Amino acid sequence: MKILVPVKRVIDYNVKVRVKADGSGVDLANVKMSMNPFDEIAVEEAIRLKEKGVAEEVIAVSIGVKQAQETLRTALAMGADRAILVVAAEDVATDIEPLAVAKILAKVAEAEGAKLVIAGKQAIDNDMNATGQMLAALLGWPQATFASELAIEGDKAKVTREVDGGLQTIEVKLPAIVTADLRLNEPRYASLPNIMKAKKKPLEEKTAADYGVDVTPRLTVVKTTEPSVRKAGVKVGSVDELIAKLKDEAGVL
Amino acid sequence: MAVLILAKHDNAHLNEATGKAVTAATAMGGDVTLLVAGENCGAVAEAAAKLGGVTKVIHVEGAEYAHRLAEPLTDLVKAFAEDYEHIVFPGTTSGRNVAPRLAALLDVMVISEITGVVAPDTFERPIYAGNAIQTVKSSDPKKVITVRGASFAAPGEQAPAPIETATGPADPGLSSWVEDKTQVSDRPELASAKIVVSGGRGVGSEENFAIVAALADKLGAAVGASRAAVDSGYAPNDWQVGQTGKVVAPDLYIALGISGAIQHLAGMKDSKVIVAINKDEEAPIFQVADYGLVGDLFTLVPEMAEKLG
Ligand SMILES: Cc1cc2nc3c(=O)[nH]c(=O)nc-3n(C[C@H](O)[C@H](O)[C@H](O)COP(=O)(O)OP(=O)(O)OC[C@H]3O[C@@H](n4cnc5c(N)ncnc54)[C@H](O)[C@@H]3O)c2cc1C
Ligand SMILES: Nc1ncnc2c1ncn2[C@@H]1O[C@H](COP(=O)(O)O)[C@@H](O)[C@H]1O
Repeated sequence: MKILVPVKRVIDYNVKVRVKADGSGVDLANVKMSMNPFDEIAVEEAIRLKEKGVAEEVIAVSIGVKQAQETLRTALAMGADRAILVVAAEDVATDIEPLAVAKILAKVAEAEGAKLVIAGKQAIDNDMNATGQMLAALLGWPQATFASELAIEGDKAKVTREVDGGLQTIEVKLPAIVTADLRLNEPRYASLPNIMKAKKKPLEEKTAADYGVDVTPRLTVVKTTEPSVRKAGVKVGSVDELIAKLKDEAGVL
Repeated sequence: MAVLILAKHDNAHLNEATGKAVTAATAMGGDVTLLVAGENCGAVAEAAAKLGGVTKVIHVEGAEYAHRLAEPLTDLVKAFAEDYEHIVFPGTTSGRNVAPRLAALLDVMVISEITGVVAPDTFERPIYAGNAIQTVKSSDPKKVITVRGASFAAPGEQAPAPIETATGPADPGLSSWVEDKTQVSDRPELASAKIVVSGGRGVGSEENFAIVAALADKLGAAVGASRAAVDSGYAPNDWQVGQTGKVVAPDLYIALGISGAIQHLAGMKDSKVIVAINKDEEAPIFQVADYGLVGDLFTLVPEMAEKLG
């Protein structure tokens, strides 16, 4: 079986995000970019399925600017077999909406005959948490989101999901979409020899037009602002002082 | 204009996130219809009819809705979608599972986790773990939305709105439920508790979490945790507060042995009053804490619990 793993290039999770003073967005100039952390987990899961002999091929796909090549090379260095870059924007500040991403991914999944797509649960830049579910809808496939355990059993996937009340286990018929939550696995680091090898692995380049998908956004960003800042607090010297402040000053006890 | 909301419940009780979604929907304008789908969920439909602002409840019974599987629920909501301009979901794991699937079937973009309604087509939502707030305007004919509960108040009560019963389309049969592992607890629900006491890696072990729980119980509070505490097995996954866990905004949030990574702050920085106890006086959590106490949680937390008793 072939597994498709969509990987997104996002601002590194350690970077402190700065909102531009003119309200036009966040500052992406000269900041460190990395693979979305949930997508590293998705790549890891796909590679493990290949190592177990459940999958034959792992294909990483990224949609966005040319620079997403680096993200795909990381996926290849971790162990993906080949990669597809779909160029859909020129400006690094352009974010392709999940609906358009899902439409492109649906075309790729069909062209490749993929039987499983493992995506991240959420991109840490737009915090949409939408692409996997949208892709499942477009393909008419079942979805198992927020996965913390995944097992392929015949023509089904058994997935444990992190839900509000705890954990839920479901079975979905293949082909299916799974989205990875934080505790699905711990992704490996790419070794230096594998990083070298990845440079020779195939990376195909396409455009959104090749798939006939219109990526015009449906949501216009009116403005981007800083969240309200909390006013500086105080340090207290003892538990007694803390309790007194909470009772008398804050009035919450 | 009219709004359809998919109610969140466990077949027996209406989840409080539903009421928050009703409040957000009321700000969008028009009649508000609540869709209650489940198995033996008549009591939920009755509770839903009493939420202030609800014009009508549609009650659908079906075994395929009992465990909130995405495919049948999405098809059900889609069957009603035509009559509504806004289709709203509480921002629970279940709402986040279904809303994008529905949006794609309607060929519209989903608007995730809104924290404010500016106009019927314009909404505020946090991005980058809450480090920026984006105002977005939708050009789609229908708006499919999930609502962040922590940002909206619960509605009042009203004389019950009419309840209609209906049936849904056939189950597509793509997925099946195996089991739920849920914790039963007498503590208030994390997402809606007035006080939350959370523990982090500093708590050190699952056994030591009893210290956190003891303080919570003294305060009638819910218990939360950082990702590090959950990953280390000190606390169950549904206690995680943060960018990828639950977002809470209680009157009082007490962080114990939590450093204050941005991903954690994303889930609690809108709390009214924040208290932090941490032995490292440089810990970033102190930058958002109204009251900080530097010291060892193993002595300070039991002392606090005792003095509150
Ligand atoms: C994609 C992504 C998503 C994430 N989502 C979340 C999320 O939703 N929620 C979340 O919480 N994190 C999340 N994280 C993880 C986050 O980045 C931090 O790693 C995590 O919050 C750290 O948890 P912590 O503060 O408990 O641990 P640490 O950072 O290790 O802090 C432990 C603290 O305990 C203090 N301490 C130790 N011993 C004592 C003692 N005896 N008394 C008092 N204080 C003591 C230390 O001084 C320290 O400040 C996410 C990360 C990524 C990459
Ligand atoms: N531009 C993109 N290119 C590749 N994969 C993407 C892209 N956008 C989203 N994804 C995938 O969809 C997941 C969820 O993203 P989102 O719906 O934007 O929160 C990510 O973790 C990726 O696996």
